[in-house]
Amino acid sequence: MKKTHIVILVGIAALIIGLLTYSVDFSTYDTIVSAKEKKGKFVHLIARLDNRQPIVYDAINNPNYLSFYAVDSLGATTKVVYHNSKPADLEKSERIVMKGKMQEDHFECKDILLKCPSKYKDDKKELEKNMKEQTAASN
Amino acid sequence: MKFEGEHLLPGQLGHFFIILGFIAALLSTISFFKASREKDLIQKNNWITFGRSVFFVQIASVIAIFSIIFFICSHHYYEYMYAYKHASKELEPKYLLACIWEGQEGSFLLWTIWHSVLGIFIMFRSKEWQAPVMTVISLAQFFLLMMILGIYVFDARIGNSPFTLTRNEIAGPIFNLPNYLSFIKDGMGLNVLLRNYWMVIHPPVLFLGFASTIIPFAYAYAGIQTKRYGEWVKPVLPWALFSAAVLGVGIMMGGKWAYESLSFGGYWAWDPVENASLVPWLLLIAGLHTMVIYNATGHSLRASYLFAILCFVFILYSTFLTRTGVLGDTSVHAFTEAGNVINIMIGIFVLAFTVPMLFLFFKNYKKIPAIFKEEETSSREFWMFIGSLVFFLSALFIIAITSIPVYNKIPFIKDLIIKIHGGPLAMPEDPEFLYNKIMVLVAFILGLLTAITQYFKYKSSPSSYVIKKIIAPTLTAILVTTLLIIFYPLNFHKHGPGFLVAIYAAFFATIYSVVANAMYIWIGLNGKLKSAGGAISHFGFMLMLVGILISSSNKEVISSSLVNGINMPPSIDPLTKKQDDPKENLTLLREVPTLMGNYEVTYLKDSSGKEKGRKFYELLFEKKDPITKKSLESFKVQPDVYMMKDNNMSSNPDTKSYLSKDVFTYISYALSDEKNIDTSKFKITELREGDTAFYSHGIVVLNRVVKNPVNKKYNFKPTDVALMADLTITSNDSMHYHAMPLLQVDDLGLANIDDTVYVQNLFVRFIGVSDDKKIKLGIKESDKPIDYVTVKSYIFPYINLVWSGLIIMAFGIIMSMIKRAGFSRLRAGVTLAFVAVALFYMFLLAN
Repeated sequence: MKKTHIVILVGIAALIIGLLTYSVDFSTYDTIVSAKEKKGKFVHLIARLDNRQPIVYDAINNPNYLSFYAVDSLGATTKVVYHNSKPADLEKSERIVMKGKMQEDHFECKDILLKCPSKYKDDKKELEKNMKEQTAASN
Repeated sequence: MKFEGEHLLPGQLGHFFIILGFIAALLSTISFFKASREKDLIQKNNWITFGRSVFFVQIASVIAIFSIIFFICSHHYYEYMYAYKHASKELEPKYLLACIWEGQEGSFLLWTIWHSVLGIFIMFRSKEWQAPVMTVISLAQFFLLMMILGIYVFDARIGNSPFTLTRNEIAGPIFNLPNYLSFIKDGMGLNVLLRNYWMVIHPPVLFLGFASTIIPFAYAYAGIQTKRYGEWVKPVLPWALFSAAVLGVGIMMGGKWAYESLSFGGYWAWDPVENASLVPWLLLIAGLHTMVIYNATGHSLRASYLFAILCFVFILYSTFLTRTGVLGDTSVHAFTEAGNVINIMIGIFVLAFTVPMLFLFFKNYKKIPAIFKEEETSSREFWMFIGSLVFFLSALFIIAITSIPVYNKIPFIKDLIIKIHGGPLAMPEDPEFLYNKIMVLVAFILGLLTAITQYFKYKSSPSSYVIKKIIAPTLTAILVTTLLIIFYPLNFHKHGPGFLVAIYAAFFATIYSVVANAMYIWIGLNGKLKSAGGAISHFGFMLMLVGILISSSNKEVISSSLVNGINMPPSIDPLTKKQDDPKENLTLLREVPTLMGNYEVTYLKDSSGKEKGRKFYELLFEKKDPITKKSLESFKVQPDVYMMKDNNMSSNPDTKSYLSKDVFTYISYALSDEKNIDTSKFKITELREGDTAFYSHGIVVLNRVVKNPVNKKYNFKPTDVALMADLTITSNDSMHYHAMPLLQVDDLGLANIDDTVYVQNLFVRFIGVSDDKKIKLGIKESDKPIDYVTVKSYIFPYINLVWSGLIIMAFGIIMSMIKRAGFSRLRAGVTLAFVAVALFYMFLLAN
């Protein structure tokens, strides 16, 4: 076998990888409005919890049903249903990345990624807030 | 203003050592560079001597910096930002080091420490190559120390110093008071998610792996710089092997951590952070094999250069990915954005090594010797080279997918993506499958290659020779695989029959390789273990892949609604008309046995741990014979959660380990104590033995009062003073329960130990004794929801194959390293014993 054969083989391998990857339906980052335009398509939403609306989670009746409302930076809101347990720091999160599909009346969420300020020690505002709370408590 | 109680000296010393180390690193870079270009021997030696002494100054500075940080954190000097952010008084001493490398600055420092240690070895063991090699290492030190410099140039802060003062960093009214420090009672401490054995041990090992990849890169530079294009390979091979072992172990330690103490539900999730450190390892393995080829045959030198260079380039790139916040929305890991200036500096760091080195490589490409006669198909080097290519391609594939968030940030490409794709590019619905469907093919090819390649000889091997030797392992592997398919089939149907076939193909190939490499030690090497490093590492690596295939394919979610058919019927997606994913959480009411897979699981009780806010939940798993109801298997696990302020919760799983499987459970939801404050009061009744009291759902009978009871629950000595009420509770639905509240007198006074019948939401308290043999019994019916936890539970079969495979692989690589480095018998023995004990301890015993 010659080097050229290897090159051809590698080319074929790369092609297979390329084809397999190409056939993958890559998702997009969307706003709530643009997600509503492509109902049923798997999208990534970046939003935050809408505090004015209730969070529904009752682990005794159904530990696999959570619903809440999310609002994105453009002000659009949607109901979100997540068939899993409630992430503990949902209320505290300042940003939520939700993966799932928009339905008629809600966003059917498959996966949630929370970005919580408590994880960001290098966030100055958070440090200042923490310092304030702590020193206030000891006064 | 003069502030009270501050300790400013350590910080000033720290700043001094940072600047000293930074300048020393710069000087040693220059002098080693000068030395490497100097023809005149005396001049050269002068430069080297100077370079070495400033490098030692740099080492001393780094050690001093680290010690001062340690001092500040261990003394809780919260006037320093670093101590305030990362240390706290309640932190257990074992986490003191961990809290130092929790921060960006500390982890850069850890990296420089390892570079320093490696630099010492290079200077003393490799005199011939030290000038160019140390040039590269010193330059890396220069950049790393710049990251913690903390000096202002105009308005931009170059680097974040770990010695900044809290009052300069954050604003707050208290900083106007001279005695502000007295208000800061405690630091923020180590993130509870990270309070864990692995946080102590994983970063140092991983960073040693990272740091050691600079050596092949530096030697490749040395090869070009000295124009001794091929001679660097032999001395660098032991280093590359060392790096491969350490980095491999470091990566999988992260996997073990994720598996056993984080609730990710597995040891590998193709998370960008995991990928970013896997890719350099794959390139290192590719480079390792081409270097071996070059040593044996003179082929593949150019490929060795490329892989050695790219390995370190991708280490730097992974630093860029994980430290600049570019992955923010795609990873479960939390990232800090250290600010624009740092991001730009990290970018410069990456480019400063990548661009000149690749330029040098391509400029001298033609001068790097290569053999133009093709390798024979029947030669070992041919198949090894194919294997290296497969590693290389899979590394490129993984990094190409991992970099998706980066594409969305590049100005021109970003617009192009939005135009074509209709929005910023994001991972598909099932990102793991995207990786797995490629990597399962990679596993298949690598399995076959590692199985057969060693049976070939270098240059060329007669086919009759190869066939004669390989026939026995081939037949054995076919037999083993067939038996396994019949008796222990893989059940992974999620992605259809095509993917299952691919899994089986990989299953066969990896088993083939395990068998062939084990048998090679006898067939090929006649049992000479000294030369068996390669065979042993292939054996281990493939055993690990077999373990990965089995444990991932046959992983069972036993808390799933599909298994238990309760909670809710699986719903149908209205748009795709497909069944939704099964629901994986199960709620356990306290003291109510619930069926979960083959197990009957009961949430027995909760208890608090030593640390503040930590709570353990005791769960009893029982497997019962369906007919006789006799218990066949029974064990308890204690998963726990940290309740933090604002209802933040962090969950730590607990695992029951058997040799053949792990039963893995974690709390996915729990009531926080605050929400669950019970406002109802005890109703007091006076009872004599035999009397009956009523509650809303039934009756309570006082059977008798026992002094200093000894039973399942209590164990009192005759000298104690304790009274227990023996109660039988009968509910309206004729269920009987037993309760044993207790009253105890000790040094601290009276103590009530209450008892609870959770199913009835009933609390009983032995309040006191009244006259004429009556006791006062408090009965309370809680108005709060009953106590419960929601759990997720998995079974991972044969997970131990993964860990033992990894250990064997690392051990085999170290054996090869010892052989290539020509260790004496004694040193080899000591090294191997140390490695074996350390690996075994770290993975299987500790924690």
